[in-house]
Order: sequence, then C-alpha cells, then structure tokens
Amino acid sequence: MAKLNSHEPSGPVDEKWQKHMFDMKLVNPSNKKKLKIIVVGTGLAGASASASLAELGYNVHTFTYHESGRRAHSIAAQGGINAAKNYCNDGDSVQRLFYDTVKGGDFRARESNVHRLAENSVKIIDHCVAQGVPFAREYAGLLDNRSFGGAQVSRTFYAKGQTGQQLLLGAYQAMMKEVERKRVTLHTRCEMMDVVIVNGKARGIIVRNLLTGQLEKHAADAVILATGGYGNVFYLSTNAMACNVTATWKAHKKGAYFANPCYTQIHPTCIPVKGDYQSKLTLMSESLRNDGRVWVPKDVGDHRSPDQIPEDKRDYYLERKYPSFGNLVPRDLASRNAKEQTDMGKGINGGLAVYLDFADAINQLGRETIEARYGNLFDMYQQITGTNPYESPMMIYPAVHYTMGGLWVDYNLQSSIPGLHVLGEANFSDHGANRLGASALMQGLSDGYFVIPNTIGHYFGSNSLEKVTTDAPEFEESLQAIQQKIDTLVGIKGSKTVDHYHRELGLLVWDKCGMARDKKGLEEALKRIPDIRAEFWDNVSIPGDAAFNQTLEKALRVADFLEFGELMCFDALHREESCGGHFRTEHQTKEGEALRNDEDFCFVSAWEYNEGKKPKLNTEDLTFKDVPLSQRSYK
Amino acid sequence: MSDTITLTLKVWRQRSADDAGHFEIYKAKDINVNMSFLEMLDVVNDTLTLNNQMPIAFDHDCREGICGSCGAMVNGVAHGPVSAVTLCQLHMRSFSDGDTIVIEPFRAKSLPIIQDLVIDRTAFDRIIAKGGYISVKTGSAPEANDTPIKKTNSDSAFDAAACIGCSACVAACPNASASLFVAAKVSHLALLPQGSTERKRVLNMVDQMDAEGFGGCSNAYQCEAACPKQIKVENIARMNREYTKQKLSR
Repeated sequence: MAKLNSHEPSGPVDEKWQKHMFDMKLVNPSNKKKLKIIVVGTGLAGASASASLAELGYNVHTFTYHESGRRAHSIAAQGGINAAKNYCNDGDSVQRLFYDTVKGGDFRARESNVHRLAENSVKIIDHCVAQGVPFAREYAGLLDNRSFGGAQVSRTFYAKGQTGQQLLLGAYQAMMKEVERKRVTLHTRCEMMDVVIVNGKARGIIVRNLLTGQLEKHAADAVILATGGYGNVFYLSTNAMACNVTATWKAHKKGAYFANPCYTQIHPTCIPVKGDYQSKLTLMSESLRNDGRVWVPKDVGDHRSPDQIPEDKRDYYLERKYPSFGNLVPRDLASRNAKEQTDMGKGINGGLAVYLDFADAINQLGRETIEARYGNLFDMYQQITGTNPYESPMMIYPAVHYTMGGLWVDYNLQSSIPGLHVLGEANFSDHGANRLGASALMQGLSDGYFVIPNTIGHYFGSNSLEKVTTDAPEFEESLQAIQQKIDTLVGIKGSKTVDHYHRELGLLVWDKCGMARDKKGLEEALKRIPDIRAEFWDNVSIPGDAAFNQTLEKALRVADFLEFGELMCFDALHREESCGGHFRTEHQTKEGEALRNDEDFCFVSAWEYNEGKKPKLNTEDLTFKDVPLSQRSYK
Repeated sequence: MSDTITLTLKVWRQRSADDAGHFEIYKAKDINVNMSFLEMLDVVNDTLTLNNQMPIAFDHDCREGICGSCGAMVNGVAHGPVSAVTLCQLHMRSFSDGDTIVIEPFRAKSLPIIQDLVIDRTAFDRIIAKGGYISVKTGSAPEANDTPIKKTNSDSAFDAAACIGCSACVAACPNASASLFVAAKVSHLALLPQGSTERKRVLNMVDQMDAEGFGGCSNAYQCEAACPKQIKVENIARMNREYTKQKLSR
C-alpha cells in the first residue's frame, strides 16, 4: 500500500492556487504549437479544455463517440451552476462556497481542490456571460439567482431548466471556433478503446471509428480524459444511454488508480420507474425543491388520492426532521429519507414514490410565476407521466444520477500515469462523498477553462518528452488486443441481448450497492458479478459484423461495466463507514444518519488494477484544516 | 383503455449511404402505452437481435429531449404527431391499437443517411464553425454584471438558443432549408450586446449553409411546426435583416 502525494502547494488554503500559478513552469508560446494534446470527450470539461488549450496555441485533437460535440450529456443538466458572486447580498463568499462544498461532500474531498473550485466559480460566470450564455435575468437586466440543496444562500445561476445545454453550447461553440482556426481537429463518432503508455507516460490512444469499425492509432504528447461518470453501471440512471466507464476503466487497467468508486449519487427527485421496459430515468431538477414540498401520507395504507388527504394526515418529513434546511437538504439526505419513508410502507399507494407538491407555491406566487421558473420541467413531467403537475403533485423517487468517484488525480489533475490528465466527472477530486446541486457544471468548467490550461504547461515544462509516433510497438500491441476482443464478442452469437446482461448487473448493484449497502449484500454481489460476466462472454448475441454496429458499441461498454461493477462493490465493502452517498447500514447514528469513521477512513481509496487478483489499495490522507471535521447537521 | 397495443411498423431499412434502401414491415406486439417511442423500438430491436437480424439503427442518447440526437419521420411528420416534443419524448399513448406507423429517417441531400434512421448532420457543425460563437478567449472576460441586458432581449436570445440541432426543421422543409437552425444561432448572438461586435458572422454562416446544399426559405413555416423546441420563424426574418445589413455595410 502506497501513500499518494497530492502535490498540493504549501501555504494557506486561499493562497495555494495563486502561489501554484506562479510556481508552475511555463511553455514558450512558439513551442506550444509543437505539442499535441489529445482530449477525449466533448462535454463541459472536454469542450472547454479543447477550446482553452487551442487558444493557448497547443495542437489539440479532440475525440467524441457522438456525431457532434454538442450531444454530450452535460447538455441535459437542468438546474444551474454555482458561483460565489454574492449578487444577492445574502452573505455568500468564496470561503462559504468552499465550506458548503467540503461539508456537503461529508469531509471526503481534498480541501485545496475545493477552494480552487470556489475561486474559479466567479470567473466561470464572467466567461460564460461573455460567450453569450443567456442566463436568467431580472428586470434591471442583471443576473438572477436561485437556491440549491446544501446551501442557505442563493448562488445558483440558471437558464430556465436548460442551464447545462446553454453552458455546453457555449463551450462547444468556443471549440468549433478553434476547429475553424485549425487548432482543434475534431474526430467525431470515434470511441476511445485504450490509452497507450510508452516509457511510463501516456502517449496516445486507440479509438474505434464507429462508422467503419476500424481501429485507429493516435499519438500525442499528453492525453486528457473528460469522459464523464459511470452511473450507467446501474443500468437505470439519469445518464444518457451511451454514458460509459470504458475510457476511465481502460486507463485504470493501464495503471491509473481508480478513487472512491463507491461514492455514487442517488438524486432524490426523479420520475419513478414505471415498467420493465424502461430504458432510462428522468431527473426533475433539484431547483424544484425551492418551491416544491416533499410529503407522504402520515398513515401506512392511506391510499387516497393526494387532494383527499388533509393537511394533518400528511407528513412533510424533510421540513419536520431538518427545520433549518427543510426541503433543501443535500441530495444524499433527501434520497435516503425518501427510501426510509417507502421502506416503512408510506410511499404513494405503498410503492416507491413520494410527493413533490407545488400547490402552496402556486397559491402564494401564482401559476404564472411557477410556470416561468419551471415551465419546461412541468411540461416534461406531463409528457412522460401523462399527469398535470400544476393540478396534482408530482410523484418522485431517487435515481442514480452522478458519480463522485473517478480516476485519482493530483492537484494538477494528473492521474497516477504521467501525462494522463482527467477532468470533470471522470476524476474524483472535488465532491467528496456527495456532490451538491449545481456543482457539477462548475467543476467541469473550472477544470477545463481554468485549471488544465495552466497545469498541463507545468507537465510539459517539467518533463522532457522523446518523440513518439504510432509506429511505437505499444500502439500495435494495444490495437491487436482490442481487435481480438471485438472479434470474440462478435463471434459469440449467443441467445441473450446485451441489455439483458446490463439489466441484470444493474438490478444487482442497485439492490446491493445502491442507496443502502451492507457487508452481506456486497459479498453476494461480488460473488454474482463474475458469473454474470462469464454468462455474457458465453451467450451474448450481437448480430452483424464489426463495422457500423450499435449493438457492438453497447456490448463493448457493458463488458467494461461488468468488470468495473466488481471494483465498485469491493470499494463499498472495504469502506467500513457511512459518508455522503455511501451508506453502510452497519454504520449509522441513532437518528439514522450517516456515521463516518474518521479515525480509520479519513482517506481517499485509490485502487490499483491487479490482473486476475484483488485490487491493491493506495491511499491519500485527507486533512481538514479550514473546515474542521464534524458530524454534518442540517437540522 | 387497455394498457397495451399492437402495431404494424413500416420501417425504412438502408445498409449504408450507397444502398438504395427499402421498407420492412414488423409487428410490434403488446406495446405498453407508457413506453416512449424509442423504448418501443428497443422492444422491436430485442426481437430482431434474438432472431440474429440487424436491429434498426437509430441515433439517441439523453432520452430527455435535449441532446438532439434522435429524430425520424413518423407517418410523414418530423418527431411524430405530438407538437413540441422530440421522438424520445413521444409516448405510445399517442397511438391506438392496430395502427400502422411509417418510420423513415429525416431526409435531405445535405444530411446523408448512414444506416436506417441514422443520418450525418456534420453540416450543422461546419455551419457553427463559420461564426456561431462570440470570439472571447478564456480569461479575458469582464465582470458578468458590468453589462446589463434588457430582460426581453435576454429572454428572446434564450428562446433562440434553445435549439437542439436535431434537424427536424430541415426534414420538414419542402426546400430542405436549414434557415431555422442558422437563424436561431444568428438571433441568439445578435440579440446580445456581447454578440454585436461580430455581426458579420451571418454572412459566413449563410454562405456555408448554401455551400452545404441546403435550400432557401420560401416561407412554408413547416420548420416552426416541426421544431420540438418551438423556435419561431421570426428568427429567420431577423437573420435576413442581419444578412442584408451586413451585406450592405461590407
């Protein structure tokens, strides 16, 4: 077991980043164009990094499995993006955003990274407004804010329920500007299959051209992964259908440590599961908890329609249990409490759903105001469920939404493989064990616009890189291994669909490694996953050949989930404590809240791949100097 | 009303851009009315897969109506019979037991078919690359609230910026024009003070639209009717005004 060095600078937390900016090595402008950088992914982190690195003069090659950079799943983020602007004069500051984020993450994030994130938040808003992102405004023409969970200030900037879309289009357009200037070469419909390591450094990737099925080799001086999270390991999640773990998992198998894979976020407000045919779940933005009130019938067995249940027979359990934050408690708490209510049989009609009720808000503010705030979300709810949320309360239930775990990175966002940098949801660094709402967009853009453009120069300045081309034997070796895997998959011609196995894996990890976990269940999952994997490799059906083939694309992704799921459960079993989204039922307070074990687990678990054996544990100790360790309280 | 329906699907199958393509008929049995249209296709594809036949290829991703990946002509209408929704947000409760549904790709010369319902929309990216942005470099932005923007302008800019680039407007247009798509971006940026210094963008974007082979606008308004995000044709008028102004001030 090794202790990992975060390479964070010394000094007070609020001076670290400025100090580091000065201490880092620089690359001469005329040398930048000679340096080639591969960026994988065109979500907020990947697109913003591509644009910013190209503006600096680097030779950027960007890859996405989508047909266009604009399709990445950042586009679906609804609610907003946090920034410590204090435009509302309600006492916000960089220090408070930093504090809220460390506390919200249940003291499992790296303080120095979080502080840098809070510092960068204000610049992100400036930059995005300058790009033309049409954030919501007040009548005076200035920017409007709203509140999100885990905060008592209003610091969330938004563009109706389409904030992610507008921010992504801003980043995508900035990237396309660099495509036009020929400083970004965009490779669409290309999926990364492997990272290529030459002399210990990341020097390229192998991609599969999804249109032709051909494998391609690409060499570079550095590689950046901005490939998102692994929430689709659960099959049903709010992630887009194609979101996958392949890029980070392949990097892990090549030596990048995977940190805290058991930290998964279950979002409290999603449309409940309807039937076996369901392919994905739909989020209803957390912003709805600004005005919506969460409740269940007080009595088990009260199956009356909501308008027939009088006030005194309703339990607004979040307001009752957490009077100071009320409906705006952090996501992990809101989700767990919904589960607690439904476990007691108090869910709607005894099932897996609770109410999110806007009747009071509509009475107080008028339907027009609510429509202006959430119109598109209400429409979407009605479209999917067929019921009108202006007239009867929404039914919601938690669903997998985001993954805090990811590849381990140091303060420079470099993984344990030199030259391989990881941004956005794909890394682990800023959200600890629970991410606060409206912080994912902030992190993706902070990493891409403001961190990596500085730290990658430091990497180039501190390393002498020999010339590497795709003729290096490591490229051919890697390509052959992938080709063999693809040929095997296509040749199985079994009798079950890819989705069959994906669904089976998903149900298993949702059951054993979802909102609540225990030793027994995790051990069962760890026994079962290798069996599902073996069955998949024995009996999966993939019609057609290895050319353009959407079933094969899916199969390659699911094959990696079937390996990754084991690591996630292994990590959850190892971490004998509850923190944030990781709730081990053996470790809870008398009130049923997550009980951390700071004595034994105040560290990052960074797992090292160990072919055919149990993963090896490396740790990074976490120290909390500026936000002292405490039991989280939102009461 | 029963919870399940049975449908006859007439689906366009085309192996590649060079293949002539043809319709195939499939039965979609016991379809739950709460399914989305794409989930219904998933069910059909599962059956095809288990019979070792190629499933129907279609682009899709978020299934929340925002990524712009999905889309097809359903009984001749882009994204199907319900207005203001994408194909993934169309639900089977909009159909009746026994219906025949004709499913075809969005068709336009500038959006060639890759396979079945999958089309190549990279022309849209090339149009955006010609000027669909504000050329601010990372790090150089002024304080965000230094420039107030009239709420009505900001709201109109948002309405135009809501375009998801699905290309239903092109598929619906008798001229296969991309005017609504281009106009949405031109309007979004022209309505904001930040975007006003690079107003010449409209010339390059329109030139690129023409070079890609999209047709011109002849005011059929089919694009607005087909748009899942309800982008208005008034944006096209704004684009034309911008174009004339910039052309004359060259």
